Amino acid sequence: MPAPDPYRLALVGPPNCGKTSLFNALTGARQKVGNYAGVTVERKVGLFTTPGARRIELTDLPGTHSLRARSPDEAVTRDVVLGRHPAEPAPQLMLVVVDAVAPRSGLRLAMELVATGLPMIVVLNMIDIARHRKIEIDRAALQEELGVPVVSSTAVRKGGLDALLTTLDETLAEGVPEAGPNLWAPPDAADLRLSHRAADRLIARAVTLPPEHDTLSHRIDKLLLHPVFGLIFLLGLLFVMFQAVFSWAGPVMDLIDTSFTAAADLIRAHVPAGLVQSFLVDAVIGGVGGVVIFLPQIVILFLFILLLEDLGYMARAAFLMDRIMGGAGLHGRAFIPLLSSFACAIPGIMATRVIDNPRDRLTTILVAPLMTCSARIPVYTLIVSAFIPARPVLGIFSLQGLVMFCLYGAGIISALAVSAVAKFLFARGEPSPPFMLDLPDYKIPQPRSVVIGLWTRASAFLKRAGTTIFTMTVVIWGLASFPQPPAGATEPAILYSFAAGIGKLLEPLLSPIGFNWQMAVAIVPAMAAREIAVAGLATVYAVSDGGGEAVLGTLLSAQWSLATALSFLVWFIFAPQCISTLAVIKRETGSGKWMWVTVGYMFALAWVACFLTYHLAVALGWG
Amino acid sequence: MLNTPDLPHQTAVPLAQHRPLGGLHKGYSGHVFHIAAADHSVNLPAAEMERRLIELGFIEGAKVTILHEGLFGRDPIAVRVNGTTVALRRREAMAILVS
Repeated sequence: MPAPDPYRLALVGPPNCGKTSLFNALTGARQKVGNYAGVTVERKVGLFTTPGARRIELTDLPGTHSLRARSPDEAVTRDVVLGRHPAEPAPQLMLVVVDAVAPRSGLRLAMELVATGLPMIVVLNMIDIARHRKIEIDRAALQEELGVPVVSSTAVRKGGLDALLTTLDETLAEGVPEAGPNLWAPPDAADLRLSHRAADRLIARAVTLPPEHDTLSHRIDKLLLHPVFGLIFLLGLLFVMFQAVFSWAGPVMDLIDTSFTAAADLIRAHVPAGLVQSFLVDAVIGGVGGVVIFLPQIVILFLFILLLEDLGYMARAAFLMDRIMGGAGLHGRAFIPLLSSFACAIPGIMATRVIDNPRDRLTTILVAPLMTCSARIPVYTLIVSAFIPARPVLGIFSLQGLVMFCLYGAGIISALAVSAVAKFLFARGEPSPPFMLDLPDYKIPQPRSVVIGLWTRASAFLKRAGTTIFTMTVVIWGLASFPQPPAGATEPAILYSFAAGIGKLLEPLLSPIGFNWQMAVAIVPAMAAREIAVAGLATVYAVSDGGGEAVLGTLLSAQWSLATALSFLVWFIFAPQCISTLAVIKRETGSGKWMWVTVGYMFALAWVACFLTYHLAVALGWG
Repeated sequence: MLNTPDLPHQTAVPLAQHRPLGGLHKGYSGHVFHIAAADHSVNLPAAEMERRLIELGFIEGAKVTILHEGLFGRDPIAVRVNGTTVALRRREAMAILVS
């Protein structure tokens, strides 16, 4: 029989066992990230070649504590391992990753996986840290008890993978091992007790733990899980995070701005005035540039989220927030998805898969789009800097910063209020689902994993800017430029365009909340992505101004009243302005129903809130 | 440190001396005597609740220590069990009888 090329291998292990850093160390940048058919569970596959010149296709299966899967992620791992997955064959060999520092859950999973009959190698990962902490593991004893090869590895040190690669070559040199019969069956409580006792015996024989003294994680937790100080720290951390997003990103954003302006000037100098110049300057550079400029802020936000996740702090945040969020009918675990939603609701909604109760998960999905995602930042920054004076308040705060803070606060408070209403409507008096969560030891994040994670997100954003946002910008530009004004027209060109027609059609609906037709032109295509509103306004106003160089903010502050500007901001807090988010809601809830519920409640909320804001502002004399 | 040659539930300690973990304070340290999950206390069938608690390491004889408490109602609690730290609400911890 010819040797398979490539060999199909899978990494299996509990969450937080260092599986991903091992995957990154083995496959480097040669990774493909996609989804398993029908579900939004991330499917990660990478290629590498062993020293013995065998090509390996390695799949990083979602982390799981056992084959008794409870979430969609864990179900994928169970189905693939048991050969039940419709699209993904069982691997020819499993690499079962065990965290050598906390080997219990990994060894239990390994014992469970032995029952599936699939060939496997157990990898004791992070062995260097374990040795440092005086944890001794008798590899030979483990090998004897489990009946499979056991190797040690360190994903972070050079040469840390040698033993694994050598064993892999030795194993595959004899051909792909034959899979044994599958003896796995779902366990009941008695089976679980037995398997725990068996794991205890295995650990008692093969693992020598130092006497449990005050570990570093313990000492840190005494502070960070302190009932009062822990919460203060969490709030401070969130404050620093948002401060960083707005201040650290500044210089890079200026640089991007300068280079886009230079490019526009270059085009104006070399391309004759007319439709082609207008297309290049207003649609391509104005539209895409206006969005790419927010890349630094998005990268900083994701950097914080990735670091906190890898450090192991996110589970602590869930612990601290559980009772507070429980008051609003949310689960403590909803904290992580909702925090991710500050970057983007799409990963946030996908992260709700950690919530195993369907009702809790649904509530979190429905309110996640209310959290202030980074796509709102462009709109908020534009309007706030144009309309709110940069005045100091109480000496230390700036009025602009305070307004931004209120916009974020409004998102959070409305999300909590909506979930409280949902709980009142659907689950009055029912006991809430359990909150049970592992608090892993703190870990220093791997710079490499963080960089790969940031790169994945940044490139996804740039891809969106280059495709969806670019297309929509071109469409808005087209709508605002055609039909061209008749010869000898005296009015601004845009008044003759399709865009003006659409805007005027929507005007009766939007004028009670203080919007003009130009704003209607900007918010309709912003359904594709919120940040398009900025590009849309730039295009609409630049075109109507004859393609001048006027800074958009100055232009807006001359044309809108403060009441209109505030109403526009409020619209972006609530309106469901993102088709990709709605598509993810549909996919994650498995039906269009909840997507339409989201669209309906968010539009209703947006209109009512804008109406109140506008009329209150007018009454205050800001009209 | 791990194994428990004589399991508490096999000894003749009167049931009255066992208290639910959910009612105890920070700093408490003891051993799991029995898992007594009841339907309707949480939104999960008792058998499933029992399995989940076992999976977290709450198995008869395991040493448990309450390490941390939340601010409001001293809820949830963080419990050291079997070499790991686990967070759970007091309501769920009522199913864990300790002595």
